Amino acid sequence: MPPVNKKQFWYMWLGYALALAAWYAATAWLPVAAFERLPGPWEVITEWFSTDPAYGISLFTRDYYIHILYSFYRATAAFLMAVALGVPLGIFMGWSKTFNDFAAALFGLLRPIPPLAWVPLAILLFPSSESAVIYVTFLVAFFATTMNTYVGVRSIDNDYFRAAACLGSKPRHVLRHVIVPGALPHIFTGLQIAMGAAWFSLAAGEMIAAQYGLGYMIFEAYNLIQFPTIVIGMATLGIAGYVSSAAIRLLGVRLMRWHEQSLGMEG
Amino acid sequence: MSKDHPRGHLVARGLKKTYQQKGHAPVTVLEDCNLDIEPGKLTVIMGSSGCGKSTLAYLLAGYIKPDAGSLSIDGRAITSPGPDRVLVFQETALWPWMSVMDNVMFGPVARGDQSTAQARKAALELLERFGLIDFRDKYPGQLSGGMKRRAEIAQALMNHPQVMILDEPFRGLDEMTRELMQEYYMRLFEDTALTTLFITSELEEAVFLADRVLVMGETPGRIVSSIEVDLPHPRSFEVLDSQAYLDIKREAMDALYNLALSPEGTG
Repeated sequence: MPPVNKKQFWYMWLGYALALAAWYAATAWLPVAAFERLPGPWEVITEWFSTDPAYGISLFTRDYYIHILYSFYRATAAFLMAVALGVPLGIFMGWSKTFNDFAAALFGLLRPIPPLAWVPLAILLFPSSESAVIYVTFLVAFFATTMNTYVGVRSIDNDYFRAAACLGSKPRHVLRHVIVPGALPHIFTGLQIAMGAAWFSLAAGEMIAAQYGLGYMIFEAYNLIQFPTIVIGMATLGIAGYVSSAAIRLLGVRLMRWHEQSLGMEG
Repeated sequence: MSKDHPRGHLVARGLKKTYQQKGHAPVTVLEDCNLDIEPGKLTVIMGSSGCGKSTLAYLLAGYIKPDAGSLSIDGRAITSPGPDRVLVFQETALWPWMSVMDNVMFGPVARGDQSTAQARKAALELLERFGLIDFRDKYPGQLSGGMKRRAEIAQALMNHPQVMILDEPFRGLDEMTRELMQEYYMRLFEDTALTTLFITSELEEAVFLADRVLVMGETPGRIVSSIEVDLPHPRSFEVLDSQAYLDIKREAMDALYNLALSPEGTG
């Protein structure tokens, strides 16, 4: 949640500062060999903001933004496909018991397969490694969106359907005015989870099968022993994930004013 | 809603309803239940909680089908829910994601009976009459309990039903609001002579509102006695002090008391 008042604001920064201090302490003073190879915070920050970075990636290099753009493009494409397919499928599963009986078992088996396990098959299936990475990213986002949409439809109180039937509404009205808005809070929870999941499987996919992107950048830096660049890539992933989740949350708040307001009344 | 030719003659003959639950013995909620709701009158069904009152309401609304017996309105068999018999629920069934205005307009627009403009005009008139005009753009979550119930009654009236079925509509309201709503509904009924079936478990509410009180016994539920309430209209809370009211209340209490003592009533 974004900071609301002054106290929360300071606590937020205090949290960041403590984490940085712990990181610094671990690399500077901890007498463990493994930690000596890790870059310290200062090292990472100077590299990140350097106009002439030692390892070729900083805020002032073109390559950095190419990696970001590639990752953003893949995450967005995968996410949009997941929404376009997952929301209607989830609604259909919630609406039709027969269809759910048929789809739920399949979902139960496919969903636990980790996205990384799909990578080899995806590479074989798709003509380019680009589409393979997007497919793997899409997959987790799709499951999260579908399942949350389904739960959202199931959670709608039966009285809302009865009232619609009583007033003589046709199925398309029920869909548009009862099911979709009623499931929207859960759908948006699903979209936020989907976005987060998309970023983590994206990074994993890029490490294995891509040419550009933040995941690729991290793994490449590891292979070339450019440790500060690894951390720059990780931090950028964190920020990108946060920003995209926040954007979805904002959209959700705008679309569901009734939800905010009714929660406000009860509090 | 014509005062000259009141319609909405609900008749039930020999109703039976049994609920099957996996792993439990089937429960017969209603058996040999007969009912005659006089057009243009306010009939109250009174019974303890769990006696099958809501099941009866759902049967009359057409949400569920009886295992035996027949149901009709003005001579036509009841087979499905319809806007000629609007049910107002125990818990509010206003859609929380629609404004008060959209909730009230929903029925006629969804059925295509009225254009949006016509429905808006009719809804504005109703909201004005119900003292909700300033709240038309609010969401149900922003209304008080009493306002929600008024909005629901307005939503029902928009459909010009032949009979209103109110299933413990004022349950959960505080004493003060509840009394105001009773008087409110009484005014509405006296203005429109809208055939009403009012279900409650409160004796005083029953006698104050009713032209006739039907007492319902339990296990299995059926109408066990019928008490004519010939208190004068227009009726206000002053009637509560009259001897006639006290006599009828005594008669109703005796009926309930006998019911509790009889072997079939103690199930």
